[in-house]
Amino acid sequence: MKENGNPYKPEIATVEDTWYETYGERSIKTFKVVLDDEKARENWGHRPGQCAMIGLLGVGESMISISCSPTEGNFLRFSVLRLGKVTGALHELEPGDKMTVRGPYGNSFPVDDWKGKKILTIGGGIGQAPLRPIVEYVRANRDEYEDLTLIYGARTSEDLVFKSEFEALGKQDDINCHLSIDIEEEGWPHYVGFVPSLLMEVNPSPENTIAITCGPPIMIRFVLENLKKLNFADEQIYTTLENRMKCGIGKCGRCNVGGLYVCKDGPVFSYATLKDVPEAFA
Amino acid sequence: MDTKKLSKDKLGEFVAVLAKQNKLYIPQKEGENLKFKPLSGDQEELDFPRITTVPPKDVFFPQTETLYRFEQGGTDISFPKEEEEAVVLGIRPCDARAMAIMDSLFSWDIDDPYFLNKREKTTLIGLACLEPGVNCFCTSVGGGPASTEGLDILLTDLGEDYLLQVLTEKGGKIKLSVEELLEEAAEDDLDTAEKLVKEATSKIGRSINTDGIQEKLPELWESPLWKNLSNSCLGCGICTFLCPTCHCFDIQDEMEGLEGRRCRVWDSCMFEEYTLHASGHNPRPSRRERLRNRINHKYSYFVQNFGKIACVGCGRCIDLCPVNIDVLDILSQVVKEAI
Repeated sequence: MKENGNPYKPEIATVEDTWYETYGERSIKTFKVVLDDEKARENWGHRPGQCAMIGLLGVGESMISISCSPTEGNFLRFSVLRLGKVTGALHELEPGDKMTVRGPYGNSFPVDDWKGKKILTIGGGIGQAPLRPIVEYVRANRDEYEDLTLIYGARTSEDLVFKSEFEALGKQDDINCHLSIDIEEEGWPHYVGFVPSLLMEVNPSPENTIAITCGPPIMIRFVLENLKKLNFADEQIYTTLENRMKCGIGKCGRCNVGGLYVCKDGPVFSYATLKDVPEAFA
Repeated sequence: MDTKKLSKDKLGEFVAVLAKQNKLYIPQKEGENLKFKPLSGDQEELDFPRITTVPPKDVFFPQTETLYRFEQGGTDISFPKEEEEAVVLGIRPCDARAMAIMDSLFSWDIDDPYFLNKREKTTLIGLACLEPGVNCFCTSVGGGPASTEGLDILLTDLGEDYLLQVLTEKGGKIKLSVEELLEEAAEDDLDTAEKLVKEATSKIGRSINTDGIQEKLPELWESPLWKNLSNSCLGCGICTFLCPTCHCFDIQDEMEGLEGRRCRVWDSCMFEEYTLHASGHNPRPSRRERLRNRINHKYSYFVQNFGKIACVGCGRCIDLCPVNIDVLDILSQVVKEAI
């Protein structure tokens, strides 16, 4: 079997830095990793919205959003929610440890087509991970975009990811940052309530705007509904889906929504594409 | 087309030559079941069953296949060795068509080298189906008892001889290697073969009109049909494991001592874990959604993506379902319900 062109062959990558975003049973840990092979590093070239299969030899692989923009540097970032066997083992990794990485997979957010427009991201929980590359890409090319508005929420303030980044972004004049938590907490200065309600509160104009949302399936459904109430056209709304995946290249079968494969035709879809696809929001 | 004749007296020699130069797969017993396995020395008399229990898809897509090996704690990965030249003898036209269907999937945008290398190195010598089974419906889904799609050579049993038709360059190479065992075929032989195939075609008792089924299926998304049909389903997955076109797989890591391998194993869309998210959420939480997906995938989504139905009408899923779920019944209800 030739190695070259073998799509199942992973690259070996080294964890350069890692830190917890949230703690507890369902902790989220972010990994900054660098591919060991120089050539692989040069050829990687991911776009905002793409994913990668990351894993450990002997344990397995999981499809995880690449949570950094290529504009940030020649490294990769993954924010991993600890839930199963693979993500549990990944959480044990410390700087200097190795993981396997293959990809990048899937399509990407058409960020270059969005130049000249207002960008609105609406995230919930770990769903901010695939949205973060858009934010960073827009920040790196700030002059080419109009307003940048971030709406982000989690169950409690303890469950918010990228907290220090949000704090810094909130202080910038050229970014509108709106945070929320589901349940009242002492000392919380921002919105209390669900993300779809915060969206209505912010009341963004659809004019020349692209709205991108990601979060738990139930949140996505209500955000889409509310965006429609705010008169966003289907073509102005984007989301990124996740499903269980194994191959990442449209062969193993399981990630389909209707005739579309999330790993290959997605994970990024416009609402115009998805609205008639069976089980897209199942 | 290059057409010859092989006397049945020479079948043993024919097999010997093929086996000498290639890894030769022929139908063999494994416990109660029949499947294609490499010819071994202690082979009993050669017998070609109507259809094997297990389709020969596992020649190209083994139930468990090593993607690569590694050592515990290491980062070196070693890949399996190059595939050897192989011949599958006695594959039925439906199972060969299934391979052509799988080719589209495994070469879709990104080539799957594991499957495609084996396909490239393997010659398929088919045997026309002159005695169709009770649940055969190949003629409804684009095939037939002597369909040649996916085959390199087609044999037709004429009684005393086999008519041997070379269909591809690969088939031509095999023919050259057995040239001295072959005789010229007469016009009569071709006529006889044609007559036998025609008779066989007329013996196919089951059929379904698949016209427009691709469009009809999504219209019935919320129909009570799916709940009703799935009520008796046990979710055992046999319909998918023994389907010659089903290709879904899982990727698993396995450790044996310090040696490890990452392998792919057959999986089934009829299993709950197939789509279960790590969060516990399942987009296809019950057998209703899973059955609906299986039927939609075969007769609608696959058609949408590849322009062909992912079913060859072999009837295995009907023959082997422990609770008698019948795909033709399902499809006829779809046709009936759709407006």
